[in-house]
Amino acid sequence: MSAVVPPIPQGNAQKGDAVHPGSPVTVNRYTPMKRLNHWITAASLILLALSGLALFTPSLFFLTGLFGGGQNTRAFHPWIGVVLFLSFFIFFFQLWKANLPERTDWIWLRKIKDVVGSHEENLPELGKYNAGQKFIFWSMTALILVLIVSGVMIWEQYFTQYTSIPVRRIAVLAHSIAAVLIICVFILHVYAAIWTRGTLRAMTRGTVTGGWAWRHHRKWLRELAARRKVGPAE
Amino acid sequence: MSGTMAEQPRTAVSNPPVRALAANFGEQDLVRRSATGSLPAPQRQLTPVAKLIDVSKCIGCKACQSACIEWNDTDPAVGVNAGVYENPHDLTDQMYTLMRFTEWVNPETSNLEWLIRKDGCMHCADPGCLKACPAPGAIVQYTNGIVDFIQANCIGCGYCVKGCPFNIPRISQADHRAYKCTLCSDRVAVGQGPACAKACPTQAIVFGTKEDMKKHADGRIADLKSRGFANAGLYDPPGVGGTHVMYVLHHADKPGIYSDLPENPRISPLVETWKGMTKYVGLAVMGFAAVGSIVHGIFGRANRVAREDEENAEKLVDGRPVPPPASEERAG
Repeated sequence: MSAVVPPIPQGNAQKGDAVHPGSPVTVNRYTPMKRLNHWITAASLILLALSGLALFTPSLFFLTGLFGGGQNTRAFHPWIGVVLFLSFFIFFFQLWKANLPERTDWIWLRKIKDVVGSHEENLPELGKYNAGQKFIFWSMTALILVLIVSGVMIWEQYFTQYTSIPVRRIAVLAHSIAAVLIICVFILHVYAAIWTRGTLRAMTRGTVTGGWAWRHHRKWLRELAARRKVGPAE
Repeated sequence: MSGTMAEQPRTAVSNPPVRALAANFGEQDLVRRSATGSLPAPQRQLTPVAKLIDVSKCIGCKACQSACIEWNDTDPAVGVNAGVYENPHDLTDQMYTLMRFTEWVNPETSNLEWLIRKDGCMHCADPGCLKACPAPGAIVQYTNGIVDFIQANCIGCGYCVKGCPFNIPRISQADHRAYKCTLCSDRVAVGQGPACAKACPTQAIVFGTKEDMKKHADGRIADLKSRGFANAGLYDPPGVGGTHVMYVLHHADKPGIYSDLPENPRISPLVETWKGMTKYVGLAVMGFAAVGSIVHGIFGRANRVAREDEENAEKLVDGRPVPPPASEERAG
C-alpha cells in the first residue's frame, strides 16, 4: 500500500504549463503556438478596428490612408477578418476548457470591489483564469462569431447575392454594434493586462513569476507545484 | 471659364446646342455630399427638375433602355431569354434603367392589364444611398434634385445598396464602383433633357421642372380619370421627401402591382439606426472606454505583485509550508 498522497488541486492547468524553481519562481503560462495565435489575432483585430472605424464614421475616414485608400480598405478588411477568425478559433480550442465557468467565478464577481481595489486577500483562490478573463474569452468568441457571419453577408465582392437586401441591413447593423462592443472588450482586455503588473510577459516570453501566479491564480500554481512533486503524469 | 453657360433645360425635346456651352451647374451647387460634415451652403438654388414617367402611355419598346446605353456608353452583357420580357432581367452596373413588365388581372373588370414600369433611380429628395455612404463625396445631391454617384470617390462597399429604398444601385464587379441612373446630369448641365426622355416615342417619359411635371401629371390624371381609371394618380412618395423621378399610375392606390413599386418607401429604420444611434452612441462608448482606461492607467494605482507573493511561491515550489487555501475554498 502506498502512502496517502494529498489530492492535486484542480486549477485548470493545461498542457505546457509548468513551474521552475528559482528566485523568482517562473511559471510557463503560454506555449509558443498559443502566443503566435494570440498575436496574429491581436494584430488582425487592431487592423480590423482601424479599417472598420474608417468606414464606420466619416470623421475617421482618413484612416483609410493607412491601407492605401478607400478601395483597398474595403478590399482588405474582410480578408483580415478571415485571418482573425481562423487564428482566434485555433486559439479558442487551445483555451476553452480552462475558461469554463466555475462556482468560484461567482464569488469572485460578487467581490468585484476587492478585485478593483487590489485586495487579493479577500478573493477566493483561482485556477488559470478568473471570471474577468473568462468574460473576455467568451465575449470575444460570441462577438467574433457575430462579426464573421454578418461580415460575410455584407462582403459585397463575393457573398451579397446570397442574401436579400433587408437581411443585409440587419447584418450591417449587427456588424457595427458587435464591432463597437468588441473594441470595448479589447480596450478592457489591454487595460487589465497592463494594470495587473507582470501579466504582459505571459504573452511575450510565455512565462510569469511565481509571485504573480500566487497572487492571482493560486489554485493553478498549487496544481502545478503538486504535479511537479508527483512527477510527470505519464 | 469662357463660353456661354447653358440654360437650365425645361424639356427633353429641344435640339442639342450647335456650339460648346459651359455647364450650368456643378460642385458649387451641392446640397448634400456623402460622409461630409461641413459642406459650404450653395450660393444659389437651381430650379428643381424632374422626370415624369406616364405608365399609361408606355408601349414597352425599350427605346429608353437603348438611349440610356448609348448615351452612358455602357455595355450590358448579351441577354438570354428566361421567358419574360425584361431584358436584361434586372438592373445592372451597365443597365441603369429597365422596363419591368407585369401581367395583371384587374379584379373589378377581369381584364388583363399589361403594366410596364420603367425602373431606375428615383432621385429621392432624402436619398438613402447618400445617407449610408461612408466615402466622402462618392454620392452627391445638387440643388436641382439630381442625386449622382461620383465613381472616382466610390470605394465599392455596397452600403448605398442597403440604404436605397428602391433597390437601385449596382456594384460593378469589374471596377468595384457603384452605378445607377444619373438623370443624365451631364446632359442637364448643358441644357438637354435625359436621353431616355428624348428617345421615348410616345412621350411617356417627359422632363422639365418639377413644378411643370406635376402640372403635366395633373392633366394626364384628369384624362385617365375621365376614361374610367378612378384611382389614377401621381407617385411622388413623401416618405423619401418626394422624388425627382415621378410616375403617373392608372392604379395609384396599388403601386405594388407595378413590379413591386413600394407603397410608402422610406429609408429603412435599420439604416437610420446604423447611421444614427449606433454611430453616435458607439463612438461615445468607445471613446469613453479608451480615455477612461488611459486616465486610470496614469493616475490609478496599479496592481503589483508583492515581495511576499514571490516568497510564498518559492516556498510552495520548495515544498515548505505556505498559507493554506481559504476555508471557503476548502468547503468547495
